[in-house]
Amino acid sequence: MSAVILLLIGLGAMALGYFLYSKFIAQKIYQLDPDFKTPAHEFEDGIDYVPTNRFVLWGHHFTSVAGAAPIVGPAIAVIWGWAPAFLWVVFGTIFFAGVHDFGAIWASVRNKAKSVGALTGDVVGKRARSIFMIVIFLVLLMVNAVFAVVIAGLMMNFPSAVVPVWGAIFVALIIGQMIYRRVLSLPMVSVLGVIALYALIGIGPMVPIQMPAEVAGMSGNAIWILILFGYAAIASLLPVWMLLQPRDYINGLQLFIGLLILYGALVLLNPTLVAPAFNSNVPAGTPSMIPLLFVTIACGAISGFHGLVSSGTTSKQLNKETDARFVGYFGAVGEGMLALAAILAATAGFATFGDWQTMYSAFGQGGVNAFVEGGAFIIHNGLGLPEATAATLLTVMAALFAGTTMDTGLRLQRYIFQEWGDIYNQQWMKKPSLATALAVGTCLLLAFGAGGANGSGGLIIWPLFGTTNQLLAGLTLLVITVMLVRLRRPMWYTLAPLCFLLVMTILALLIQLRTFWNQGNMFLLVLDIVVLMAAILVAMECAAALKRSRAEMAAQGD
Amino acid sequence: MRDDSTKAPSSKRDPLRAWLRQARFFTEEVYSARYRGAIARARRDEDDLFMLLVFSEMMGIPNPAAYYTLELQPLLLERFHDWHTRMGMEHSPLDHFRCC
Repeated sequence: MSAVILLLIGLGAMALGYFLYSKFIAQKIYQLDPDFKTPAHEFEDGIDYVPTNRFVLWGHHFTSVAGAAPIVGPAIAVIWGWAPAFLWVVFGTIFFAGVHDFGAIWASVRNKAKSVGALTGDVVGKRARSIFMIVIFLVLLMVNAVFAVVIAGLMMNFPSAVVPVWGAIFVALIIGQMIYRRVLSLPMVSVLGVIALYALIGIGPMVPIQMPAEVAGMSGNAIWILILFGYAAIASLLPVWMLLQPRDYINGLQLFIGLLILYGALVLLNPTLVAPAFNSNVPAGTPSMIPLLFVTIACGAISGFHGLVSSGTTSKQLNKETDARFVGYFGAVGEGMLALAAILAATAGFATFGDWQTMYSAFGQGGVNAFVEGGAFIIHNGLGLPEATAATLLTVMAALFAGTTMDTGLRLQRYIFQEWGDIYNQQWMKKPSLATALAVGTCLLLAFGAGGANGSGGLIIWPLFGTTNQLLAGLTLLVITVMLVRLRRPMWYTLAPLCFLLVMTILALLIQLRTFWNQGNMFLLVLDIVVLMAAILVAMECAAALKRSRAEMAAQGD
Repeated sequence: MRDDSTKAPSSKRDPLRAWLRQARFFTEEVYSARYRGAIARARRDEDDLFMLLVFSEMMGIPNPAAYYTLELQPLLLERFHDWHTRMGMEHSPLDHFRCC
């Protein structure tokens, strides 16, 4: 099948979703009111609460939610063929992610821009809030560990990307200083920054840096993981304006340019999908597609992490309530498009079916490497860029995203430890350096505990990360559903995705439990049990909260 | 350098200038909007420390620069109330220096 046709079908379906379904949700379910005074106006302080232009806000929301996860997830999941991944990304974006992200903004805006965590406490109950905190901690833990493993793998497989990936940090540092000291205007700095980044990408293939397979008894992979955490720890302690802010900015620019290049090359080349629609001959050890597909692709179809962004920063800056549809729903569509690009690169970017099969020789193989190699093949043949440069470009795109997420993730994890220090009155835990050390320690434990001493098997926890992320999404959907029940509005548009997610998550956890047991991996077994317990608690909380709300409504109705 | 001697070129340049202004507005918004809160909080933390230095002598903490910081006190008076409430003190901590 032609990749362009599939692309058009996907984009067309998402466009219909935005123009028809999100309009229906906005008018009939959330009933947005253009005259509602949003928290950005009500509490305007020029700091957190600032009414912001909706296009700017969308740009922010999108670059905050889009990371390496919508690339890694779909690129792993195409092992079952392109059709399941494609269908889940498209329908997930339309009926799950859009409604979830949009709903999280709406729920937060209607409740003084509180975060989903605080809303869970207010709307559902104290118990649910405690579960929420645990789930958030687990998500952050896994995201940091998994992304370190992903970047380390990229550094080992694509040595040409080492110089640009680390060089990008210096570019960001210089940009940060230039803006801070107002050396040049921002548009000029942006142009210079992008030129510098792409110059580095051009230089990369000329000066590849290959980490030796073994250094001081440790594998190259493990060394990279240690270096990455060392960097992330330092970066997360620096003031945000110094590194994180310019890095995020330049990443955002690079995301748009990278997506444009990839989509442009795809349209010009119009490659054929070499992978089968449904892979009947999956490698041994590949778990069952249902339910694992729905947790392997989290970001790109539905992801709880978006709810945190929606309710944390976006809702405080929403100018008009009606903007929530564009920012939230279209933000999810943007992420769906990124996931779609990843699916197409990982299935159409190979010369023959045999090449593709070699790449996907086992579950968890392929993944981001398939995205980079497939995407490079498409860019090389479509736009004529040298293949090594194209591969470096995509590697840098994925690695920079994962790196920024690690930086933010570690920072957030530090805050959680500091908060616990506050709650349990542990002075030492409140110190930034010690809290960061704790955060890094737990992540390293997971990165090495999951996959052995060489750290290369850390991707085993990817589906486990997906389940935790989906649980978070489930909790957000629960908050929205309870609010809808109390407003006497139809609840099925959020309750149906919620039930589907919970069932798939619990099934996936049970299947993984058996796998870890058979493998004798006690560490992951325990982690799986913790997540499973959280999932069951969330399910029970859902049933209880909905029963309670309906009873309240019935009593009021009489 | 602005050259307003002829009208025609300036009218040609106007849309370009407007466009540049727009570009600058959007890039600056995109750059700062997400981190405005975090940076403002960091700045406030530094300001809080500065407040403590300026008012330290009044709370019995010896300050070698007291002679200079005394001059700053009237300037910081406006922020004094916010500061002591943020520091967890409901009323002014200074006996001879009431504010609320």
